[in-house]
Amino acid sequence: MDNNQNDLPHLGLLAEYETPEALMAAAEKVRDGGYKRWDTHTPFPVHGIDEAMGIKNTILPWIVLGAGAAGTVTALVLQYWTNAVAYPFLISGKPLFSWVPAFPVTFELTVLFAGVTTLFAMLGLNRLPRLHNPLFNVKRFARATQDRFFLAIDSQDPLFNDSSAKALLAGTGASAVEEVPDDNSATTPPMWMLQAFVAFAFLTFIPIGIIVGSWKSTSDKPAWHFVWDMDFQESYRTGEQVPLFENGMAMRAPVEGTIATGELFASSSYFRGVLDDETLDKAQADRSASEYVEFAPIAATRPTLERGQERFAIYCAPCHGDSGYGDGIVAERATSLIATGGANGWVPPTNVTTPVIASQPDGQLFDSITNGIRNMPGYGKQISVDDRWAIVLYLRALQRGANATIDDVPQSERGGL
Amino acid sequence: MSSQYDLQIQNEIEDPTIRPKLIMGDSTTYASLDDDVVGIVEGFVEKTPMAWYLMIATSLSILTMLGGIVAYLIVTGVGIWGNQSPVFWGWPIVNFVFWVGIAHAGTLISAILFLLKQDWRTSINRFAEAMTIFAVCCAGLFPGIHVGRMWVVYWLFPIPNQMEMWPNFRSPLLWDVFAVSTYATISLLFWYMGLIPDLATIRDRATTKLRQGIYAIFSMGWTGSSRHWHRYEKAYLILAGLATPLVLSVHTVVSFDFAVSQLPGWHTTIFPPYFVAGAIFSGFAMVNTLIIPIRSIFKLQHVVTLRHLEVMNKVILATGSMVGYAYAMEFFIAWYSGNPYERFVFENRAFGNYWWAYWTMVSCNVIFPQLFWFKGIRRSVPAMLVVCIFVNVGMWFERFVITVTSLSRDFLPGSWNYFKPTAFDYLTFLGSFGLFFTLFLLFVRFLPMIAISEVKGILYKQNSGH
Repeated sequence: MDNNQNDLPHLGLLAEYETPEALMAAAEKVRDGGYKRWDTHTPFPVHGIDEAMGIKNTILPWIVLGAGAAGTVTALVLQYWTNAVAYPFLISGKPLFSWVPAFPVTFELTVLFAGVTTLFAMLGLNRLPRLHNPLFNVKRFARATQDRFFLAIDSQDPLFNDSSAKALLAGTGASAVEEVPDDNSATTPPMWMLQAFVAFAFLTFIPIGIIVGSWKSTSDKPAWHFVWDMDFQESYRTGEQVPLFENGMAMRAPVEGTIATGELFASSSYFRGVLDDETLDKAQADRSASEYVEFAPIAATRPTLERGQERFAIYCAPCHGDSGYGDGIVAERATSLIATGGANGWVPPTNVTTPVIASQPDGQLFDSITNGIRNMPGYGKQISVDDRWAIVLYLRALQRGANATIDDVPQSERGGL
Repeated sequence: MSSQYDLQIQNEIEDPTIRPKLIMGDSTTYASLDDDVVGIVEGFVEKTPMAWYLMIATSLSILTMLGGIVAYLIVTGVGIWGNQSPVFWGWPIVNFVFWVGIAHAGTLISAILFLLKQDWRTSINRFAEAMTIFAVCCAGLFPGIHVGRMWVVYWLFPIPNQMEMWPNFRSPLLWDVFAVSTYATISLLFWYMGLIPDLATIRDRATTKLRQGIYAIFSMGWTGSSRHWHRYEKAYLILAGLATPLVLSVHTVVSFDFAVSQLPGWHTTIFPPYFVAGAIFSGFAMVNTLIIPIRSIFKLQHVVTLRHLEVMNKVILATGSMVGYAYAMEFFIAWYSGNPYERFVFENRAFGNYWWAYWTMVSCNVIFPQLFWFKGIRRSVPAMLVVCIFVNVGMWFERFVITVTSLSRDFLPGSWNYFKPTAFDYLTFLGSFGLFFTLFLLFVRFLPMIAISEVKGILYKQNSGH
């Protein structure tokens, strides 16, 4: 109800009823009387009053539908843009965006947007909050939220006529009919309130201005360290100078005789395929042998040879071929590329069954496998010591096979050739 | 006295052709209902029972202790808890899932039962919704302090930052952030919207300027206008419709935290329905645990009747049986899958290091609720209180069993370990109850704990014979 404009001493009429039924009957009469600006007030929703008053369906569901759709679009755009465009998350080669994992967040944001809109649109359509209402000046109106049912006609209604409206309400069985007094209170807030608001609005710009100012300016000072985490610690770092030790270094030298992991070469012949210094001296004195170990320091048993065959197939055969002729699948591929003008600078793998290789001592083959030779990389890090020796023994078997004569085949088997 | 007795009979009647009265007492009118409910809010000095002061003093001291622990945690680190390799989730996540589960009852009662037109919900929905919001507060606390570096917790949200990084939207943990925060927001709005007409009632009954002013601001000038009620009821229906899939989605997403990972015992498709059933189960048990003492302390037995409690017990029985079915089905699938890791995990749950937790869970969640098949137990207030407390305990153990047994026995035996909680684990969990009960006691004291306008509608229906 707005302020009085038609020279009446009140803003409208208020009728009180004991029961919802009485209110409903009265509402039908007021509706049929053609009034537009009137309302009923009840402590709980009275069902059937919408028809009795002629209230049309609210547009609220459509507003909520729009908000829900906005939530769906926001969620999809947010997920697509952040994870596929602004900061692409490439995980195990999966697509940057897919619908299924986007579903939960999309659902939640749809519900969130729709739900928040439901409440605020309902309040907005109801013109709430409205803390100042002339009806509150009628003392008995307090029971509208407790146990009485009210009907109010606004004097601004085009049909409103003081005496006929009073007569209409009196004929509806109202337990009381009362005028809603004009409270004549100011419609604009007092000046100090406006001033305070302007001052407050001005003050809020100060922190924002400081933030924007520092963001846009540059500084040669280090950034503020709000949270230290573990950035500043009392421990010394490698290479730092400290007064604690004589040599002034924070780093301590290892204890004498310390051996790094994997560097314990307790036996030179076993770990490196090279004779120990003292053995070397003795060997040179006896015969003109090289410094390499002549024979592998492990027994050439059947399981050892099978192990060697397996490791050879894994590590050596790709280049040297299954039989060691240097015709592995890598070499074949290189050869075919050369035929079409590719693989420039290719050095073919060695045929390991030639007499030159076959005449090398076991230790030299072991050394070649361990440290590599010419183009071949070292395999010491990949293949264990025992396995390298097993491969050497298997190589011997291959060389023997490649250079075999008919005499090597047992008499009983020769017929099968 | 005899008429009271008749009503008692009528209220708990099982004959489907007779509609039992939901609100008891011949003399209950709109005004007497206001006196009974709003009177609690108004009579701060004269009507507040001694028990309330004792309880709020206790919960406030526990809450203070929680504040101290959280401060100590922030400056020291999560090492004060028992979380150690490989059980990095430990109690904080167990407590998180426990509280989120409890939070499911309120919105279920206010939304799903509203859509199903279950009028009995009106006596307990306000209470249950409040419990939901306070439980979500407790739930939100745990992941927040469990991240270790609380000052970067904003990384969880899609906020533009100086690193130009964005969260990974394919992580179930991020889905959780959205699900739980949406649930908290919608539950709060739903609860507040329901409160508006009742706050107006308090405003209009107020005898002091201060009370009138405060409740006037929060009731936003509500006058009970029918034009307003029309939009209000439509909004309530829409919110109920939105909250129904939401309440089912929240624990589904929480279960994704587990189910989307590869760990045996977690990586199962039964998790979403199993978690949702467990959440409703635990939430209803918590509502009963709280409302039984509150209705007698504040003398609301004629509004929250034995019939209400009995219906709640039936829901507990139904959801408890679903949870029992899920436990059995997990074992069946572990065997049927032929996966040795799955089989080991489930054997280990029942007979391994944590057998005591597993069998506590089974007896509290599966065996005790079955007592509700007996009418005598379902209608006995002390008996149902005991069963409901057992259910609360059992549901905490369920989350403990799922989280800790699977993590402590993962794929590599070399990383196996036995999880030992520290004193801080116990105290943080206790502290969350301090937070919960402080909020809850303030609620019962300063807000109408019964949805007055809705119950008035029920009173009108039952008195006019509709």
